[in-house]
Amino acid sequence: MDFQASLALIAPEILLSLSGLALLLVAAWVGDKASRLISILSCVALGGAFFLVAPAVCGGALGPDTMAFGGQFTADAFAGLAKLMIYAAAGAALVIAPAFFERFNMMRAEYPILVLFAALGMGIMVSATNLLTLYVGLELNSLAAYVLASFLRTDGRSAEAGLKYFVLGALASGILLFGMSLTYGFTGTTSFDGIRAALSGGMTTGALFGVTFMLAGLAFKISAVPFHMWTPDVYEGAPTPVTAFFASAPKVAAIALSARVALDAFGPQWLAWQQIVVFAAIASIVVGALGAIGQANIKRLLAYSSINNVGFILIGLAAATQAGASAMLVYLAIYVAMTVGSFVAVLMLKDAEGNYVEGIADLAGLSRTQPLLALCLAMMMFSLAGIPPLFGFWGKFVVFQAAVQADLVPLAALGIAASVIGAFYYIKIVKVMYFDEPAGTVTGKSDWAHWALLAISAVAVSPLGYLLTKWLGALADGAAAALFHAA
Amino acid sequence: MIHAIAFYLFAFMVIASAVLVITSRNPVHSVLWLILAFFNAAGLMVLVGAEFIAMLLVIVYVGAVAVLFLFVVMMLDIDFAELRSGFVKNFPLGIAIAIVLLAELVLGAGAYKAGALKLGTPDGTATPLPGESNIESIGALLYGQYLFLFETAGIILLVAMVGAIALTYRGRKMQRPQNVTKQVRRRPEEAVVNTNPGVGQGIEL
Repeated sequence: MDFQASLALIAPEILLSLSGLALLLVAAWVGDKASRLISILSCVALGGAFFLVAPAVCGGALGPDTMAFGGQFTADAFAGLAKLMIYAAAGAALVIAPAFFERFNMMRAEYPILVLFAALGMGIMVSATNLLTLYVGLELNSLAAYVLASFLRTDGRSAEAGLKYFVLGALASGILLFGMSLTYGFTGTTSFDGIRAALSGGMTTGALFGVTFMLAGLAFKISAVPFHMWTPDVYEGAPTPVTAFFASAPKVAAIALSARVALDAFGPQWLAWQQIVVFAAIASIVVGALGAIGQANIKRLLAYSSINNVGFILIGLAAATQAGASAMLVYLAIYVAMTVGSFVAVLMLKDAEGNYVEGIADLAGLSRTQPLLALCLAMMMFSLAGIPPLFGFWGKFVVFQAAVQADLVPLAALGIAASVIGAFYYIKIVKVMYFDEPAGTVTGKSDWAHWALLAISAVAVSPLGYLLTKWLGALADGAAAALFHAA
Repeated sequence: MIHAIAFYLFAFMVIASAVLVITSRNPVHSVLWLILAFFNAAGLMVLVGAEFIAMLLVIVYVGAVAVLFLFVVMMLDIDFAELRSGFVKNFPLGIAIAIVLLAELVLGAGAYKAGALKLGTPDGTATPLPGESNIESIGALLYGQYLFLFETAGIILLVAMVGAIALTYRGRKMQRPQNVTKQVRRRPEEAVVNTNPGVGQGIEL
């Protein structure tokens, strides 16, 4: 693989980094006046990267032709599909941000640039086929995320969220690095292909410790139980557009990365890590469902909801089959649509003065004051709960199907039982909106960009979404095939 | 022979000064012992033929980090008069350390001239490239095989810098800079008022 072919494979990354650098110069010379312009240009850059990645996904790219820089980086269909979701979610985070930050007079030109670099880091994460690439991408994403969490620097809660995220994220990186060093020490290589080849004879105790610590570090990043403690605090404290970003794009990246580590590097040794993933899946589903019940703040509730959803996604990974990986990607795509839709709806909850409302009690009677918004939010909640006519059901269905096919019937049964508990708090919000006396708090208007994003997400999770199942399934199958090609 | 002597000297000095770092009561002494430990570690690197890493250790750790440490330590509340009073008492120790350093320099240079220490690797594959210096090898790796990661690491540093500035830079709103033109253009009638207040009355400005 020569140098030019490698450069062609990382074209989306080059586009994102060059536009990030150019926009940084614009920000430095023009200042915060240009932040809206920079947001728009960042969206254009993300869109360009989206279309650069799309052919590889549609064509189901796999094999050695997708490897760049001597096997450090791959641009296969699996990485491509994850990148499409990441770029879309990052674009959404850019669209909803200006209105929010301008309210606090804190819209600064660094926000879109940091989101752009975070998207670049996440793209590198999902493309990593080497422990070094993995870590570099992860840190690029994390560093940008720490800053974004405390971007509203005059707000105490935002600063607290950033600090908490930073300290716990650094701890997680340390654990991950420890696992990586053990893996390197016991296999003698950092490339995923090399690790797989070195472990083909059987799992050594050292490598087992390595994979355990690596999965623990990654579980921090995807906020899987028992490493989820930071999630509610950070999601509540961070500015809402940033929370929307955290709940969507980095989750996709970290889950895709965990899948590649588990299924590619440690693929033949899946028995070694399967019970870890099974435990994390069950614990996330149960803790996410039970923890959400007592919440009074909708952002905290959505944080527990994301923990809960990560559990369902991990069921697909626990299956350790190609069908499981495909189901995981389908669920991820639907999850991104639901999460972005929910957070856009939360951003549209404003009182008469335009202040943002986050309390669940304030939603009372929303169906009478803002019927359309209430309808969209109710659709998101029903979809997150997995109630059949909505698209969220399809994601749960394919994941459970994959688990049953992989002889994990008890896991699937536990998951279904816990999703009933989860449905309770989702439907509680619908009840508050439709059957309680109107509180009359939420009366503010929102701009067309929010409505447009909400409409897109609502159509995607509506029964119309089932028209996409064949297409989405084919893309996910192609991506999963690319992941299993080497193994 | 010279290898073995140099190695044991450097190794002993690293350990001894590392012990002194954590046992000495005065933080300034700790930092000075730390510098000595770094210096000897650099000597060990020279012995195995990694002269570039040895130079890095001296420049980065001794030159920058340790001096930075010293600055921080000096800001602590330390009685320097008491510190200086021990000068005559500690003079022999200082001379001894200087002699040891000189001996180390001579020994290290001699051992380096005699060729690198043979390090046994488990499978014997890691043989040094003949006729190529450390810097060339490291450069070929960083800018060749690991170019992508190296450039990405650069972007990480950029993001860290952007983040630090975005979170802490408060702008110039709180400053009141001198406006020279405004001061020069000021006329007496703008600044001086003549009043003639009556007896027992105050004036209003």
